[in-house]
Amino acid sequence: MAKILISFTLNGKKIEDAVSPDQPLLEYVREKGCKSVKRGCETSNCGLCTVLMDEKPILSCTMLAVRADGHDIITLEGKQQEAEEIGLFLAKEGAEQCGFCSPGLIMNIIAMKNELTNPSEDEIREYLSGNLCRCTGYVGQLRAIKAYLASKEDCQ
Amino acid sequence: MFTIDNYVKAETLEQAYSLNQKKTSTILGGCGWLKMGNRSIKTAIDLSGLGLDKIEETDTEFILGCMVSLRQIETNETINSYFGSAIKESLRHIVGVQFRNCVTIGGSIWGRFGFSDPLTLMLALGAEVKLYHTGKVKLSDFVNMPHDRDILTHVILPKNNQKTHYITHRATATDFPVIACCVSKLPEDFKDNGFRITIGARPQRASLVLDTNGILNDGITEESANKFADYVADNLNFSSNMRGSADFRRHLTRVLVRRALLALNQEV
Repeated sequence: MAKILISFTLNGKKIEDAVSPDQPLLEYVREKGCKSVKRGCETSNCGLCTVLMDEKPILSCTMLAVRADGHDIITLEGKQQEAEEIGLFLAKEGAEQCGFCSPGLIMNIIAMKNELTNPSEDEIREYLSGNLCRCTGYVGQLRAIKAYLASKEDCQ
Repeated sequence: MFTIDNYVKAETLEQAYSLNQKKTSTILGGCGWLKMGNRSIKTAIDLSGLGLDKIEETDTEFILGCMVSLRQIETNETINSYFGSAIKESLRHIVGVQFRNCVTIGGSIWGRFGFSDPLTLMLALGAEVKLYHTGKVKLSDFVNMPHDRDILTHVILPKNNQKTHYITHRATATDFPVIACCVSKLPEDFKDNGFRITIGARPQRASLVLDTNGILNDGITEESANKFADYVADNLNFSSNMRGSADFRRHLTRVLVRRALLALNQEV
């Protein structure tokens, strides 16, 4: 199998590398130390592997690493400050149990905040419907997300 | 997960078409469905460098490049303002935003998947597809064509002032539909009264039903909607799978066609 040379940025760092054409982006970024990116299913349904490609949320399990060529990829490791802030809101509301799904959820919350203005509860639910949590009923998360978004509004 | 021996980012459609003539070659869409299998791909052909990820509008149609993502369509203001809520309704239940940012309209339509919401929608809208070798083909013909080695380059949505309503029944949010229904009213022509009804997830690929008996000729009323819903439910084939039985799907079809027609009536 011939490896393909790609050039892209990962969390602000320019990377040039040769990748296998069938390697999912998820596995590649984990090899690069981004262990927040996880595989929670085999069917593109759980959202745990969410990363941002050119600021848009994508499933890194479904995107081939070779297609990152020329793009800007950001994982939770590249959003430490926002991740910590959102994490505190989640913790305050007792929103998590095992926490395995949190990195993917937080990445999608960041994407939602950047894409939607003052989203309603229905809009929040719809935007985050691709992030599954098997411990909770999402009620705590929803409280935390609303509180986080309200805090951002207050700052503006 | 599939495996790939050789990866080619096509520089022209001719190159992609030529490479795709071998049965061991595969055109990559968004890979959402492809990754569910274990196919061994000798040559994977990537069209993402050909500028086919754009939505263009002319006076008579919207032209969607095959690499346009479902999310691009869902959030495109012009398309949504022209076709109303049906576009968004048909797409917003598909897994999640991240998934819809990955998967492409070309892959969705080329696959002619039974569960496909976009296929159900676009069949009712009177869409056409543009194939690199064959040229333009009506989606209503394409849906029943066998898979060949051509390349779907564009999906074309005609601007016919159609009014459309889309509705599905899902066992759970973000799952495949148990049944999908789209009702569209095009301006009348010499052949029929312009109603296009598609039923998807039967669970076979979507079927188009026309009002050839003129049941809706005098407009949509409770009575004519019921009668036409019976006509659709009684004249299509349904099958059973893990999401529902054939009988349940037939029952749902009766309900959804009636609801969609009555909802459409609010718009016409």
